[in-house]
Amino acid sequence: MKILVCIKQVPDMESKFKVADSGKWYTTADLAWRMNEYDEYGVEQAVQVKEQIKDADITVLSIGSGQVKETMKKALAMGCDRGIHIQDETAFDKEPYQIAGIIAEYAKDKNFDLIFTGMQSQDRGSAQVGILVGEILDIPSVSTIVEFAYNEGDVDVSRELEGGIKAKMTVKLPAVFTCQLGLNTPRYPTLPNIMKAKKKELLTVAVADLLHVNARLVTEKMFLPEKKAGGVILEGEIAELADRLIAILKEKSTVLA
Amino acid sequence: MKILLVAEYRDGKLLTNSNELIGFAETLGAESAMVLIGGEEVPTYAGKLYLADVTACGECNPDLHKQVILEVIDKEQPDMIAFCHSSYGWDLAPRVAFALKAAQVSEVVAVSDGKLVVPVCNAKLRRTIDCQSSRIVATLQAGAFGLKEPPSGTPDVIKVDVAGSGRTVFRGYEAALGGGVDLSKAAVIVSAGRGIGKADNVGLIVKLAKALGGEYGASRPVVDSEWVPHDRQVGTTGQTVAPKLYVACGISGAIQHLAGMKKSDFIVAINTDRDAPIGEEADVLVVADLLQFVPVLTEKIQAL
Ligand SMILES: Cc1cc2nc3c(=O)[nH]c(=O)nc-3n(C[C@H](O)[C@H](O)[C@H](O)COP(=O)(O)OP(=O)(O)OC[C@H]3O[C@@H](n4cnc5c(N)ncnc54)[C@H](O)[C@@H]3O)c2cc1C
Ligand SMILES: Nc1ncnc2c1ncn2[C@@H]1O[C@H](COP(=O)(O)O)[C@@H](O)[C@H]1O
Repeated sequence: MKILVCIKQVPDMESKFKVADSGKWYTTADLAWRMNEYDEYGVEQAVQVKEQIKDADITVLSIGSGQVKETMKKALAMGCDRGIHIQDETAFDKEPYQIAGIIAEYAKDKNFDLIFTGMQSQDRGSAQVGILVGEILDIPSVSTIVEFAYNEGDVDVSRELEGGIKAKMTVKLPAVFTCQLGLNTPRYPTLPNIMKAKKKELLTVAVADLLHVNARLVTEKMFLPEKKAGGVILEGEIAELADRLIAILKEKSTVLA
Repeated sequence: MKILLVAEYRDGKLLTNSNELIGFAETLGAESAMVLIGGEEVPTYAGKLYLADVTACGECNPDLHKQVILEVIDKEQPDMIAFCHSSYGWDLAPRVAFALKAAQVSEVVAVSDGKLVVPVCNAKLRRTIDCQSSRIVATLQAGAFGLKEPPSGTPDVIKVDVAGSGRTVFRGYEAALGGGVDLSKAAVIVSAGRGIGKADNVGLIVKLAKALGGEYGASRPVVDSEWVPHDRQVGTTGQTVAPKLYVACGISGAIQHLAGMKKSDFIVAINTDRDAPIGEEADVLVVADLLQFVPVLTEKIQAL
């Protein structure tokens, strides 16, 4: 069984974002970086399949600058066997079709049985890459999975729909799955596993070797949203803040009246 | 410009989100046609409706649904194909875009000077997109393109036949965990977000909810971590609520959470991040550490 997990390094969403001088992206200086939340579920699911069937090999792949290797080390410490880092200083600027094109180009002759991606990346939020990889490789894909069970070549999954309803589906492998929050409980890497991960293979490949498709869209302009008028922002000392909030609630809402 | 609108149907029911697709076409001043894989019931829409029979296509069968949509595209030759950014839309759109060699723009929130605008980084930023393909596939954020007035008209139905099977097998729906708490009846809801840090802190939120005579709710990560049961989750995959007062504690304000509570009469957010997107919906944003602020607020309210 060969498994591929695609992970993206994204900024911490609690960061303060500024538009870069180019006007087309945000400045990346002073940001903290982490694994895309949705991808942690993909890594965990891959490791759980390996624990279940033993004879499995997990490749974790990430496209980005050298800095993404930090995030890949976490995936290796969680239990992936090897890493493929696709070196690309301008990965942030690539649209989902190009990212999918790179992944599919890497995967096309490797016979992966299972490919996991996140349901979406937290920064771009396009929810396209996983499904596109499936389309390019011409294998089935199921998006937004919240349950996964492997049994002898078949996989039973649940897709999450609106309002908490699920659609139960069965797919034959090879197939692509895009992982939704709550699919499993991603493990924390233990110290011994972090040490072991340091010895695992982490190969770097130049993006030019794998990118053969052109962008179909580009960012024209990035900007900060306008704040909704009318909202009040309260800042200051705690006790005073509480008094001010209570005063507003008494005036504007009926619940304290 | 001509847009093909992809309407949705699930578990025996026509979904109403097609109204937002009509609203989008109106915003762009575009001509439109609609496609639906559904049953007898047709949407209220004054235009051409291509209708494929869901009993022949099956539900949750992306391969066949893609085939139907591509057939209609072949007949109509639209410049744009619009889906809702829903579990149906985000699953099908990339399949259709790939087949058409079209650019796909996900989760459109607005149109500015004819260009599509999408959110970035949990809606803290926005960007406008330039498409370089002759055709565009777009998915629309829920609620972004409402209609000022409900749609009218009866569609001109054109039947579409389809044959074949898909590569995935649909085994049926599983209903949401029922019972439990009906948050929609509460006048006050205080919700815990990931900012509460750990399960032990849920108690702070419960106490504030009690002091205000209301119920407590939660955002999804708090439920996924099993700190709070699912029947208290607010958002697209939880409950939709509109209390007199909604207090969001340590909740960033992701669109899927906002969709479940933004109709509340009065919204208070407590967040350490002054730029958290919840600030765009909140009537009052208290910039504070909830672990310090909530107990003080609770005490003062109890003393009233
Ligand atoms: C298809 C789909 C469906 C979804 N459905 C839902 C849904 O139904 N409901 C839902 O809620 N989400 C849903 N989500 C998830 C959603 O996108 C967000 O990931 C989620 O809402 C984030 O929850 P949060 O705001 O609690 O956490 P975060 O986004 O992590 O935000 C935590 C916030 O707490 C603040 N904070 C941190 N520490 C403190 C402190 N000490 N004091 C005060 N503030 C603090 C931070 O500044 C931050 O703003 C869905 C996602 C998808 C893709
Ligand atoms: N630069 C990248 N490197 C590796 N995987 C990626 C990258 N960008 C996106 N992905 C994968 O594609 C998924 C969906 O991304 P998106 O279509 O951008 O929302 C992510 O959750 C990742 O699994």
